Amino acid sequence: MSTISISAAGAAMPANPARSYAQGATVEAPWVRMLLIAIALGFLTLFLFVPLAAVFTEALRKGWEAYFSAIVEPDSLSAIRLTLLAAAISVPLNLVFGVAAAWAIAKFEFRGKNVLLTLIDLPFSVSPVIAGLVFVLLFGAQGWFGSWLQANDIKILFAVPGIVLATIFVTFPFVARELIPLMQAQGNEEEEAALVLGASGWKAFWRVTVPNIKWGLLYGVILCNARAMGEFGAVSVVSGHIRGQTNTIPLQVEILYNEYNFAAAFSVASLLAVLALVTLAAKSFIEWRLQTDAPQPPEESLP
Amino acid sequence: MMSAVIPYAKTPSAPFRLMPGFHLSLGFTLLYLSLIILIPLSSVFLKSFTLTWEVFWNTVTSERVVASYRLTFGASLAAAAFNAVFGGIVAWVLVRYRFPGKKIIDAMVDLPFALPTAVAGISLTALYASNGWIGRHLEPLGIKVAFTPLGVFVALVFIGLPFVVRTLQPVLEEFERELEEAAASLGASRLQVFAQVIFPSILPALLTGFALAFARATGEYGSVIFIAGNMPMVSEITPLMIITKLEQFDYAGATAIAVVMLVISFILLLTINLLQAWSKRRAYVERS
Repeated sequence: MSTISISAAGAAMPANPARSYAQGATVEAPWVRMLLIAIALGFLTLFLFVPLAAVFTEALRKGWEAYFSAIVEPDSLSAIRLTLLAAAISVPLNLVFGVAAAWAIAKFEFRGKNVLLTLIDLPFSVSPVIAGLVFVLLFGAQGWFGSWLQANDIKILFAVPGIVLATIFVTFPFVARELIPLMQAQGNEEEEAALVLGASGWKAFWRVTVPNIKWGLLYGVILCNARAMGEFGAVSVVSGHIRGQTNTIPLQVEILYNEYNFAAAFSVASLLAVLALVTLAAKSFIEWRLQTDAPQPPEESLP
Repeated sequence: MMSAVIPYAKTPSAPFRLMPGFHLSLGFTLLYLSLIILIPLSSVFLKSFTLTWEVFWNTVTSERVVASYRLTFGASLAAAAFNAVFGGIVAWVLVRYRFPGKKIIDAMVDLPFALPTAVAGISLTALYASNGWIGRHLEPLGIKVAFTPLGVFVALVFIGLPFVVRTLQPVLEEFERELEEAAASLGASRLQVFAQVIFPSILPALLTGFALAFARATGEYGSVIFIAGNMPMVSEITPLMIITKLEQFDYAGATAIAVVMLVISFILLLTINLLQAWSKRRAYVERS
């Protein structure tokens, strides 16, 4: 009983001992602190919280009934279905790629590794519009495979396969980006121990590697999924905007907005805003798990 | 087995040769990378080779396209600079001070990464339109934001917001407080400590964040097109010019502009890699 109260008292002490002997030149004056906090909060309020609040306010402007009827409208429902389908295909594919790439890069040394790392990051630095354009150049009527596809009656552009391809392109690096630093920090020792003890390669992977990287994996998947469901530019180029057929949720938002159907546009958009909030909550939870699980948290990386 | 296959590889430790799956994982990585990224991207360059130099040059230097570069790069630069200042303050406040709600605010900084750009676009447009929550108060002052280049700037500030904060935060957290105390004990004022001790060591990270925000802003499409108004010569961004050409079935023209943007992206990517290497070296020197 007494040990508990002692540790509780210990936890209540200031975390940073430097503070106890801090002088005027190592901390800011109180008014400077207050001013900086006020500027930071003002900036974030103006650019983050107000825009987020506006989505929900505008969505509910005409009441809950109008809100729900905008979402269960057939075109919106088909947009939701297509978005879920595109994410259900692109996220697992990029997950398998991410694990394979992280395994090769983190567990082995080879020439050209830095070039490979840069190439994996490429989709982040390419404009989403160009990501869409490349598939138009490949599969469009004037494209490289255009006439062959037409002769064989295969539709890629302005159809679901094109949307899936564009989504895979823009979400390509997410899982690999999270796993590479994590697996590099963990090293090879545990897998090597399993192999020395007679485990097969696959068994070592499933029993040793996967449990070690599960939170990092989930982190990458969540970010990948958020982008897959929310991608606008790339999908907009390849979709053809056929209502009820090739519209994803973000494209449906655009169509409703351009028809001045603002309340409906914001209602559908609020689904994506909720997805963003769930993503952030899940992300914070996993960061907390990663910090408690691993002695060394992975490097903060930008999606 | 493996050791016989890759004898030239630099080995960090002898038993690593035990690790299986090198060829399988690297082979799959390269195949997937080529199919999804490299071959599709190379189609842009190959298509541009079918243009004559004159057509290419006339397309990428036409008046309307040049106006779009000016807006895209000007607004991106301004937004990244704005984010460097205010993102820097946010990072400082989140690392150094304690205040209620800090954890939630810290988590919310990533909102622009998670919120789809189209949602951000319509929301900002609704806010800054002349009847919106914010636009209503700016209109009497003669400031128009929505459907002007200023609107483009606002959208680019939103999407670039997390970059500076997230690159500065870890650097500030690892910063040695002892250095500040040493400077203080030698008689430096707080402002001198900041300007001469803290600022030089966070500068590489600050520039990296700035460059990341800038690179992201130049390619941005979804959040901008709603608020920009898209008037030719005034508020058209370069990615929109690609879309416009595509809608006119001018694939060659779209490709020419895409090549210009891709080359600029590659230069930015290279710059960012160099900045990050500098940032890491700076951190290493400080620790040792």
